[in-house]
Amino acid sequence: MNIYGIRAIYHFEMARTFRTLWESIAAPVLTTSLYFIVFGKAIGSRMGDIDSVSYGAFIIPGLVMLNLLNESISNASFGIYMPKWAGTIYELLSAPVSWAEVLLGYVGAAATKSVVLGLLILGTARLFVPYEIAHPLWMVAFLLLTAVTFSLFGFIIGLWADSFQKLQVVPMLVVTPLTFLGGAFYSVNMLPPLWQKITLFNPVVYLISGFRWSFYGIADVNVAISIGMTFGFLIICLAFVWWVFKTGYKIRN
Amino acid sequence: MNSDNPDPIIFVRGVNKTYPGGFQALKNIDLDIKRGEIFALLGPNGAGKTTLISIICGIVNATSGTITADGHDTVRDYRAARASIGLVPQELHTDAFESVWATIKFSRGLFGKAPNAAYLEKVLRDLSLWDKRDQKIMALSGGMKRRVLIAKALAHEPTILFLDEPSAGVDVELRHDMWRMVHGLRAQGTTIILTTHYIEEAEDMADRIGVINKGELIVVEDKERLMRKLGKKQLALVLRKPMASIPAGLNAWPLTLSDDGQALIYSFDTQKEESGIAELLRALGEHGIDFKDLQSTESSLEDIFVSLVHKPMGARE
Ligand SMILES: Nc1ncnc2c1ncn2[C@@H]1O[C@H](COP(=O)(O)OP(=O)(O)OP(=O)(O)O)[C@@H](O)[C@H]1O
Ligand SMILES: [Mg+2]
Repeated sequence: MNIYGIRAIYHFEMARTFRTLWESIAAPVLTTSLYFIVFGKAIGSRMGDIDSVSYGAFIIPGLVMLNLLNESISNASFGIYMPKWAGTIYELLSAPVSWAEVLLGYVGAAATKSVVLGLLILGTARLFVPYEIAHPLWMVAFLLLTAVTFSLFGFIIGLWADSFQKLQVVPMLVVTPLTFLGGAFYSVNMLPPLWQKITLFNPVVYLISGFRWSFYGIADVNVAISIGMTFGFLIICLAFVWWVFKTGYKIRN
Repeated sequence: MNSDNPDPIIFVRGVNKTYPGGFQALKNIDLDIKRGEIFALLGPNGAGKTTLISIICGIVNATSGTITADGHDTVRDYRAARASIGLVPQELHTDAFESVWATIKFSRGLFGKAPNAAYLEKVLRDLSLWDKRDQKIMALSGGMKRRVLIAKALAHEPTILFLDEPSAGVDVELRHDMWRMVHGLRAQGTTIILTTHYIEEAEDMADRIGVINKGELIVVEDKERLMRKLGKKQLALVLRKPMASIPAGLNAWPLTLSDDGQALIYSFDTQKEESGIAELLRALGEHGIDFKDLQSTESSLEDIFVSLVHKPMGARE
């Protein structure tokens, strides 16, 4: 195991984050604050409670997840796309590191960053809405699992993309709609019956539902299914990355 | 090829590369690099030099064939193989926002070596980069970036160093520094494989030369032997009276007339025992040809290279 190699990649990625610390943190915290003001306070005050949770508090887990997904994907995809684009990937490809070590470095750094951001948003939410966390350990577990899984997914997008447009397209056209329709702002039970069925094909529903359960003990779908689905997605991503490194697809010609 | 060499540090057998578009960049390459030598890989643009280096270093997958570096298969045992190799790529690929110091520290770690600030300092000092250590790479000139790439390649103390066109875009001073460094590394036992388009450089530096053309390795030879074997000498006889054509009686001699008719040029093989110059001079005297000066020249590696690369396939030995 090339521990120094993993550490080098991890530090490199974290240094990149610290160089743009202000942008990385200010933008998501600001947008989320706006959400809390508009949805939590202005609109939320006219909405009834959902499952006896105030609307302002109800949207917190969803908003954290929304940021977690976006940050994980954009950090990790950018992290591996940049060396491809700049040509510096030659060094990574010629180094004595395995695919698992490369992943630990890149995905580890991207996940670290998005977890920190998730916690920051939770802190920000506190300024606007009071809330409790019923199962803090599960909350952290969901946070970590989601950050790792979607950083891995972002890593795959970064490997696949061969232009900045492609780098943006999956997050914009797929992930954003799925997160908005994933129950961040509503309970699945509020949808008409047909849409309640259709929405079950949206993987983000499971993430948000599980995460919300760790806060308030309420869930749209069974928590075990939530965890199972997330792990399933994680394993699919891992298998894909393993295949990419094994065949050299798109990176070693 | 080179079967007399029992312990090559790099061993390439039957390597082919066809790029996804269907272009075959390498054709059945067999090559041994000897431990501790400086090997120059020459060839025109697009010959396949970078492709071959990239395959050995693990950046590009070969279509077929096997390679070992320091006894380790570069695919099955890639960790050990790659740990011994340092690569300075042809293109100036650098992390614009990193500092010089951060980037070489990164390289050392990536290659699995424990931090060693003293060693890295020495590398930077040898390359006159020490005062630039805290600068962002994007603020450096092209030649300085090239030095940074060399420092990165040396950061993990490799025993094999690839330099892919290190002298491209580099001023005279850096070139001299670089060659001094290469000799220093060789003295410590590092094996060096370089490509260059400055043939005189290969002539000065290399122990052995390989010439690759259109994906085929056409010659691998000791430099001295290559120059002796393929080198030609020429004797130019500057005539007292210009000539329109060579007299018929001299047809048996390999003579050419210079374009202005001012000189006769006699080419002879350096391999032959007898140059034939004495007989030629006698024959010229018999034909009443008088000359006022004579100069002899030897073909450079460059001439040899050009003739090798342009000779049709069948005509090679
Ligand atoms: N990624 C690629 N896809 C398709 N063809 C490629 C690729 N990389 C290189 N080639 C082709 O392979 C051939 C060999 O290229 P290579 O870069 O190895 O040449 P070279 O000998 O290093 O040339 P130069 O002296 O210009 O650096 C060229 O014809 C080139 O166009
Ligand atoms: Mg090249």
